[in-house]
Amino acid sequence: MADPAAQHSTAATQANSLRHGPDARGHFGGRYGGRFVAETLMPLLLELDQAYETAKADPAFHKELEFYLRDYVGRPSPLWFARRMTEELGGAKIYMKREELNHTGSHKLNNVMGQILLARRMGRTRIVAETGAGQHGVATATVCALFGMTCVIYMGATDVERQKPNVFRMRLLGAEVVPVTAGAGTLKDAMNEAMRDWVANIADTYFLVGTVAGPHPYPAMVRDFQSVIGDETKEQMQAQEGRLPDVIVAAIGGGSNAMGIFHPFLDDPSVRLIGVEAAGCGLDSGKTAASIERGRPGVLHGNRTYLLQNADGQIDEAHSISAGLDYPGVGPEHSWLSDIGRAEYVGATDDEALKAFELCTRTEGIIPALESAHAIAYAAKIAPTLPKETLLVINISGRGDKDIFTVAEHLGVKL
Amino acid sequence: MSRIAARFKTLAAEGRGALIPYLEAFDPDFETSLALLKAMPAAGADLIEVGMPFSDPSADGPVIQLAARRGLKAGATLAGVLDLIAEFRKDDQDTPVILMGYLNPVEAYGHARFCEDAAAAGVDGLILVDLPPEEADILEAPAQSAGLDIIRLVAPTTSDERLRYVLSHASGFVYYVSITGITGTRTASAEDLQAALLRIRAATDLPVAIGFGIRTPEQAATAAGIADGAVVASALLSTLADTLDTDGKATDQTLPRVLEQIKGLAAAVRAGEKKAG
Ligand SMILES: Cc1ncc(COP(=O)(O)O)c(C=O)c1O
Repeated sequence: MADPAAQHSTAATQANSLRHGPDARGHFGGRYGGRFVAETLMPLLLELDQAYETAKADPAFHKELEFYLRDYVGRPSPLWFARRMTEELGGAKIYMKREELNHTGSHKLNNVMGQILLARRMGRTRIVAETGAGQHGVATATVCALFGMTCVIYMGATDVERQKPNVFRMRLLGAEVVPVTAGAGTLKDAMNEAMRDWVANIADTYFLVGTVAGPHPYPAMVRDFQSVIGDETKEQMQAQEGRLPDVIVAAIGGGSNAMGIFHPFLDDPSVRLIGVEAAGCGLDSGKTAASIERGRPGVLHGNRTYLLQNADGQIDEAHSISAGLDYPGVGPEHSWLSDIGRAEYVGATDDEALKAFELCTRTEGIIPALESAHAIAYAAKIAPTLPKETLLVINISGRGDKDIFTVAEHLGVKL
Repeated sequence: MSRIAARFKTLAAEGRGALIPYLEAFDPDFETSLALLKAMPAAGADLIEVGMPFSDPSADGPVIQLAARRGLKAGATLAGVLDLIAEFRKDDQDTPVILMGYLNPVEAYGHARFCEDAAAAGVDGLILVDLPPEEADILEAPAQSAGLDIIRLVAPTTSDERLRYVLSHASGFVYYVSITGITGTRTASAEDLQAALLRIRAATDLPVAIGFGIRTPEQAATAAGIADGAVVASALLSTLADTLDTDGKATDQTLPRVLEQIKGLAAAVRAGEKKAG
């Protein structure tokens, strides 16, 4: 039996940590998250929770995941010093965490790799997933090809239209892509349809959620799989600068790339964490996807979180130029971090993202995803106001090849 | 005794199960859904489920999704749904009304205020599809003090152990979701229903209604015979949808056709004898 005083102090450190949530009910800060699903799904979520806890405690699972992350995903991703962008902006020293270099071109594969290994351990053979920009769909279709599993991707009809290259990639990879016409035909509607598929096919199907949303344990599990981004950043910054970064900026759709880079820094209060939501045509334009800044807490897709909704609790359609950010909710852990003030949440508009897209391409030779361009836009706004010794990290969550048609259209160029 | 308990007691004495038709509030407009609601008891409805339209009905199939969308287009709000029930209650003090929907609009209204206003409007029970007992603490106390039953859903995936837990949070009656899937898609076999009812009866003394996938008079009679009631939703909503004009407006066929279908279902349920269960 350990010394009671030592035990007490471990408990105290744990209690002071912001990193040990959620509680057993899946609640962050006692309020957000949870499991708000139909009874048919409850037993499956409890089973998933068990299976994940078992895998998490099994060194063999971690060893297998590390193998695939290194040799298939291509990790670690570099932490790149963006010299020309730093010079042009004339302030903080800008680093880029290069998640766009992962296989399939975004951070999405980190999470998908973890969950597909879990699905295999659980004996599931059919995978369903929702996708917005198509990056999560492509990542999911990719691992299904790798392991020879059936793959069905639900994608809003509007998104199918604006992310054609990814739709084609998914089909090449052997996935069935189902366009969803309900609502505005975007990510929210795809999520509804994926949940309907799951409930109807529980025996063989695993629902592979693409962001830190959905019912518990998804927000915590996806965060854990994405935390490799922040863990590496911490180590790489230590190696390059000998200290912690000062500011970390990431785009927020559902919030997985942001949660992944934030989480390892939650207990380092000197590190400023900034989540950039898609402000669309402007935060007060009514055409926005800024759930934290313009929403209220409510329940959608299995969890309680900030939502864009009307006075009667009907969910509003989100708007963003970027399909991956076009979602009226946000992961519940972000809602909590916002309430307690540990992370700041701001907006970048469609136009600001387009400018940042060009800035990054021109100064660094890196074509970022329009999602990531939102983070770049806000970083570019604050960098000139910060001292030169400030270390600012932007999470480049994905590459922008998929977006060239959208960008060309906005620039008035016909491809 | 609550209206729900009284109704099931009367039916048990008559030796038959309940027909529980469903309508979506404001589908396709307030007046039509009120007229339908008012006419349902005479057509043979023993209890009535009224859907509260929600923008994201993720447990529902295409038919109920469309009905919800029509309701929202017609201006449905929770306050409007409660007005509908209050109007109905002016002439009917006996037929139990259960509201079915999703949690978020109730949160927006305010849990306690909603329970009080719903009870005052004459609502007897609530089914909130996405509120499992694990999360129900926010609603249980206000519902209880307002005298509203919280109707629990149980599913084929609910284990015996979990049944006991879920049913320890139930009141009014138990709603057995007879298929794994969304509303209005598949239908369970009589053998599956019988086996499920054995499991449920072992865990509760509450009446049990079966829903999801009951479309025909024969299926309704079978379900109401095995359990204590049968819920019919999508089949009635698709009939209603078929009668609408090209602008989605009600026609002179809307009420008669839906009511005729309810009469057919009621006749079958009443003719079917109750199996000892
Ligand atoms: C490149 C990229 N970044 C960001 C996102 C937003 O998702 P999240 O907020 O979960 O990182 C997406 C979603 O599709 C994406 O493709």
